[in-house]
Amino acid sequence: MKMNPMMLIIIVIALFIASGSFFTVDQREKVIVFRLGEIVRTDLEPGLHFKFPFINNVKKFDGRLQTLDSRPERFLTSEKKNVIVDTFVKWKISNVDNFYRAVGGDPRQVDTRLNQFVKEGMRAAFSKQTIKELISVGRDKIRLGLVEDMNLLGKGLGIDITDVRIKRIDLPDEVSASVYKRMESERERVARDFRSRGKEAAERIKADADKQGEIILATAYKESQELRGKGDAQAAQTYASAYNKNKEFFAFYRSLDAYRKSMGSGNDLIVLEPTSDFFKYFKKQ
Amino acid sequence: MSWDDSDNDKNKKDPWSGRKKEQQTPPDLDELVRSLQDKFGGLFGGGGSKGTASKKSPSGPSGANIGILIGLAALIWMASGIYIVDEGNRGVILRFGKYHETTLPGPHWRFPRPIDSAMIINVDQQRFIEIGYRSGANQQASSGVRKEALMLTEDENIIDVRLAVQYKVKSAQDYIFNVRAPEVTLKQSAESALRSVIGKNKMDFVLTEGRSEVVAKVEAKLQAMLDDYETGLIVSSVNLVEAQPPEEVQGAFSDAIRAREDEQRFINESQAYSNEIIPKARGAASRIVQEAQAYEERVKAEAAGDASRFDQLLVQYEVAPEVTRKRLYLETMEDVLGNSKKVIMDVKGGNNVMYLPIDKLMESSATKPAVTPNRFITPPEKSTPTNTGRDTSYRDSGRGR
Repeated sequence: MKMNPMMLIIIVIALFIASGSFFTVDQREKVIVFRLGEIVRTDLEPGLHFKFPFINNVKKFDGRLQTLDSRPERFLTSEKKNVIVDTFVKWKISNVDNFYRAVGGDPRQVDTRLNQFVKEGMRAAFSKQTIKELISVGRDKIRLGLVEDMNLLGKGLGIDITDVRIKRIDLPDEVSASVYKRMESERERVARDFRSRGKEAAERIKADADKQGEIILATAYKESQELRGKGDAQAAQTYASAYNKNKEFFAFYRSLDAYRKSMGSGNDLIVLEPTSDFFKYFKKQ
Repeated sequence: MSWDDSDNDKNKKDPWSGRKKEQQTPPDLDELVRSLQDKFGGLFGGGGSKGTASKKSPSGPSGANIGILIGLAALIWMASGIYIVDEGNRGVILRFGKYHETTLPGPHWRFPRPIDSAMIINVDQQRFIEIGYRSGANQQASSGVRKEALMLTEDENIIDVRLAVQYKVKSAQDYIFNVRAPEVTLKQSAESALRSVIGKNKMDFVLTEGRSEVVAKVEAKLQAMLDDYETGLIVSSVNLVEAQPPEEVQGAFSDAIRAREDEQRFINESQAYSNEIIPKARGAASRIVQEAQAYEERVKAEAAGDASRFDQLLVQYEVAPEVTRKRLYLETMEDVLGNSKKVIMDVKGGNNVMYLPIDKLMESSATKPAVTPNRFITPPEKSTPTNTGRDTSYRDSGRGR
C-alpha cells in the first residue's frame, strides 16, 4: 500500500516516454523524421514506428493527390482577343525532402509557385493560337506541353505534377454580348430562310394547282365545243335536208312559228291598223 | 467466416501488397500487445506488496479490486473494437495508419482505437453532382452556376449546357487514400471534360442530333481522367439535362424553330389549296363536257323532230296548199293576238292625235294575269267582242330554249 503511489508515478512516466517513442504513419501521409532539426529519414512506410523522445521529431504531410484550382485569368490569343481561362493542377508530393526544403512543407507556397508557372505557360501557349483552335484542339495540346514543363519545376519543389487542365475558356462579358448579337442575327437569317423557302414552295404548289385547274377546264371546254359543234352540224344537216324540199313553204311556216314565239306571251302591246290581211273580214262583212 | 472472407478479399484487392513489403504482420502485433499487457500487469503485480495478479491470489482487497477494474477496463476496451459494416458498404481498416484490410458487410472486430481505425465507405450508393444547375435551387441561380453552364462551341457560339453525373465508389481504398478531395476532383474533371467535348463540336450538332454522342464522349473522357487520378470513383451515368441556347438569344432561337414550322405550314396550306382546286376543276370540267354532250344530243334530237314534223306537214300542204296556208296563218294570228294586249286604231282618216296611256296599260298587265284583260281602246264608234283565244297552238314549248 505504501509503495503504490510511487509505482503509479513510475508507470505514468513510463507510459509518457513510451507514447513519445512511438508514432504512426498514416497511409495517406508522407513523413519526415528529424533528429535535432536535421532530416534523417523520409522513406517511412505507413505503420507504427519508433523514435527517441525529445531527440527525434516528426512532420507529416498530406501525400494524396492535391488540387490547385487557380482563379480565372485573362489571356490574349494570337488574334489579340481576350479570353478568360480557368485551370486546375493536380499534384502530389513525390520527394518530401525537397518539398520541405523548397517550400517549407507549405502547400500554399506550392500553389503560389505553380500558379505563376501555369500563368506564364498559358500566356505563352495562348499567344500562339486562335480562339477557335484553343476551344477545340488547343486544350489538349497546351495541357500536354505544360505537364512536361511543370514537372521540371515540380522536381525542384519535390512534387509530381499529374495533370494540368483547362477547365473553362470563356469570353469576357462584353465579348459575350456581341457573340449573342451575332448568334441572334444568324438565327434571324435562318428563320427568314425557312419562311421564304416555305413561301416559295407554297407559291409553286399553288401556281401548279392553278395551272392544272386551268388546263383541266380548258381541255373540258375544248371537248365541249367539239361536241356542241358536232351536234350543231348534224342538226343543220337534218334541217337543211328537210327544208330544202319546199323553200317557200319553209319560209312561211318558220315565220309563223317566229311570230308565235316572239309575240304571243301576253306582255306585248300590239298597235294595229284594221287594214291588215287579218282584218280583212273585221270591218266590212 | 467474415474474417476469412475479408482476408481473401484483401489478398485480391489490396493494392499495396504487391508494392510494399509488410513490415508487421497482425500476429506479431497481437503478441506485442499481449506482451505489453503482460508487462503492464507484471509491473503492477511486482509493485503491489501483497497480490501479484488478481486472478492468482486475490488476498488483498484493494489489489483484487484494482485487478478487477483493470480487467473490466481491458474488456470494455477490447469490446469497443466491434463494428458493423452495413449492406452496400465496405470497411477499410488501418492498423497504426497502414492499410490493413477491407471488410465486407456484416459484424466485425478490429483492435480498438489507438491500434486500428476503421473507415466505412458506402460503395453502392449512387452519388451525383450537377454542373450548370442546382436542383432544388430556384431558377435564378447565382451567376457562378450560370457561368458554369455557359460554354463555347467550336464555331464560337455560346450555349447553355447542364449536366448531371452519377457516380459511385468503385474502390474504397483508392477513394480514401489517393486523392485529397475526390468529389471536388470529379466536379473539376467533369467540367473540363464537358467543355472540351463541347468545344470540339458545332452548336447545331450539340443542340440537336449530337446530344447522345456528346454524353458518350464526356463519360469516356471523365472516366479516363478519374482513372488517371486513381480516385476510386466510377461514373455510372452522364445525363445531358439540358443543352440550349443561352437566355439572351432564346427568343431568336425559338423564332427560328417557329420559322421551320411556318415553312411546313406554308407548304401544307398550299397543298390544301391544291387539293381543293384540282378536284373542283375536274368536277367542273366533267360538268362542262356532260353539258356539251347533252347539248349535242338535244340539238340532234330536236333537229330530227323538227324535220320530221315539217316533212309530214309538207306532204299535206302540197295536197291543199291554199287552204292550209290560210289556216296556218289565221291560227297563228289568233294565238298571237289572243294572248296579247292590242290597240286597233283606224287612223287612216285624219291626223287626230290620240293619247295612249301605255304606262298604265303595261302596269295593269304586270299586276294582273295576262289572260283576262283584253282592253280595247278603239276609235269611238266600233267595239269588238271579247276574244278569248282558242288554244289552237300546234306547237308546245318544244323549242323552249
